Amino acid sequence: MRKPLSAFAVHAILGLYTLLALFPIVLVVMNSFKARRAIFNTPLHPPSPANFDPVGYARVFGDSSLAFYYLNSITVTAGAIILTLLFGAMAAWALTEYKFRWNTLLALFLSIGIMVPIRLGSVAIIQLVAELNLINTLTALILVYTAQNLPLAIFILSEFIAQIPKDLREAARCDGLSEYNIFFHVILPLIRPAMATVAVFTMIPVWNDLWFPLLLAPAGGRQTITLGVQQFLGQYITDWNAVLAALSTAIVPVLLLYVIFSRQLIRGLTSGAVK
Amino acid sequence: MAEVVIGKLSKSFGAVEVLKDIDLAVEDGSFVVLVGPSGCGKSTLLRSIAGLEPVTGGSISIGGREVNGLAPAQRGIAMVFQSYALYPHMDVAANMGFGLKFAGAPKAEIAARVQEAARILQLEPLLKRRPRELSGGQRQRVAIGRAIVRKPQVFLFDEPLSNLDAALRVNTRVEIARLHKMLAATIVYVTHDQVEAMTLADKIVVMNHGRIEQQGKPLDLYYRPANLFVAGFIGSPAMNFLKGEAVAGGVGLGADGLISLPLPPGTAPGAHVTLGIRPEHMRIAAGEGGLRLPATVDLVERLGETGFVHLRLASGAVAIAEIRGETGLKTGDRTHVALDPARLHLFGADGRRLG
Ligand SMILES: Nc1ncnc2c1ncn2[C@@H]1O[C@H](COP(=O)(O)OP(=O)(O)OP(=O)(O)O)[C@@H](O)[C@H]1O
Ligand SMILES: [Mg+2]
Repeated sequence: MRKPLSAFAVHAILGLYTLLALFPIVLVVMNSFKARRAIFNTPLHPPSPANFDPVGYARVFGDSSLAFYYLNSITVTAGAIILTLLFGAMAAWALTEYKFRWNTLLALFLSIGIMVPIRLGSVAIIQLVAELNLINTLTALILVYTAQNLPLAIFILSEFIAQIPKDLREAARCDGLSEYNIFFHVILPLIRPAMATVAVFTMIPVWNDLWFPLLLAPAGGRQTITLGVQQFLGQYITDWNAVLAALSTAIVPVLLLYVIFSRQLIRGLTSGAVK
Repeated sequence: MAEVVIGKLSKSFGAVEVLKDIDLAVEDGSFVVLVGPSGCGKSTLLRSIAGLEPVTGGSISIGGREVNGLAPAQRGIAMVFQSYALYPHMDVAANMGFGLKFAGAPKAEIAARVQEAARILQLEPLLKRRPRELSGGQRQRVAIGRAIVRKPQVFLFDEPLSNLDAALRVNTRVEIARLHKMLAATIVYVTHDQVEAMTLADKIVVMNHGRIEQQGKPLDLYYRPANLFVAGFIGSPAMNFLKGEAVAGGVGLGADGLISLPLPPGTAPGAHVTLGIRPEHMRIAAGEGGLRLPATVDLVERLGETGFVHLRLASGAVAIAEIRGETGLKTGDRTHVALDPARLHLFGADGRRLG
């Protein structure tokens, strides 16, 4: 076989990419610990005893509403992940396992959602949410994010479910399991790695999104953290210490979730095949 | 345990008719083996009995109860799959007790039945292992154990040994025979393997193109195949066929001369017939006369004590004869082959057995 790239080159490229991707994050975290003057004068320098100033963090933790914004973000992200995984897996199972009349058409319809960005429908979504009286609720956000993530989730999970040997489902049928029990006790445990993948894909854009919180839940204490940070960005003066501190702390929950899911992912990958 | 009665069963996938007019009775406690070439519908028949495949027509009853509309679990069957189909995320004990758990059986009873099955199959030390930590043979035993735990009326096996190596296959075959005796189980078993079929079966069912060609005791099929297909399918190497035509006092084989044998009454002179004889009923013998044909040796295969000689007859037809001991035959030798007259099979132009 041809060896297109040596291991060294691969590592060099990946290392470079990592540096590039991490640079802004490191910059944010670094500067969040510095005094305001130092942020502007020497933005690329790490914090030193001379310019160390945790005032941003003091302001973020002192502001009680920010804690609620974190909680809102966590609720929305977790809710969207759970609903996406549940409905995504159920739909994927139905579309792969059962032959029914509109099967192919339905699968096609759902996959269109992968290609058409949901933001194109923002106006209609606002109208719908308003009519449902869900403006300024987390429910609205959870529902919209679930809709946004379902198509890709169904697509990925279908592939995985199709790879589960047919014999296994039939063995379960012979064992007398209802279709629901087959889904929950045989299929779901076996596609856990795929679900972790979907969870990671779902989580990050949802956590970072600014668009829908701005449109659907901009007030009433229902802001997510990305929106909540905006309160430090004033028209004339911006509290950079607080903004950077808030952004730095916003990384933590998503990082934790990621670690949890990627553990699942690795465990799933190594947990062995059927035969 | 119960008998299985299948009447006029048919099954189509779309326009393709896979099973046609299947009539089959599996007696209580008997071991029935389905054999046939690949794609002939063995698995489909088995899956129809299991209820995994809806049938197009006909009836299936198990233990005197028609099961056509019933789900697999309600039919009192247990199926052992070729791929074992063990649940990868559960240990052996959980795999075996899985069905009972969902049937709502008490924990103590599940444990007792799993323990009992594990004892029968010598799986006790493995109960806490996951399937991926087992060898192929052990997985197969777990799959059988899972079937036993359910105490089914009928066991269905779809080529259960085909993923095992030769030595393990012999062991497991003996094991299955022992289980059959011990549980007095009714078993329907699909296999490709002649030896499995001959040794395990009370009744062999030979299928071809979705039809049953013949069903009967293994030796009946061996000694009195009903048609050319069964004659060629049962036995290894396959039966030799010599084409000829009926003449007064025997069968004319053209350049190979005349085989004199009593023709069954009603055989029209001049009718095309096929003479069949198994390799083990042919001997290499010098001299002329009797049922002896001149032949040239094409190839000699030695298997040890026995062996097979591939022969080319005067007419150009090929045949295989079994040899025992040292014969000194080699490729190109001219010799004669003697046919055992009591072991000749005669088939008509339509392939059916004559007489
Ligand atoms: N789901 C299906 N849809 C369409 N055709 C099918 C389906 N399942 C089986 N068949 C066809 O039915 C025929 C019988 O298949 P079956 O699996 O019963 O064969 P088999 O005798 O078990 O073969 P093998 O010995 O290779 O396992 C085959 O021609 C196959 O192509
Ligand atoms: Mg088959």
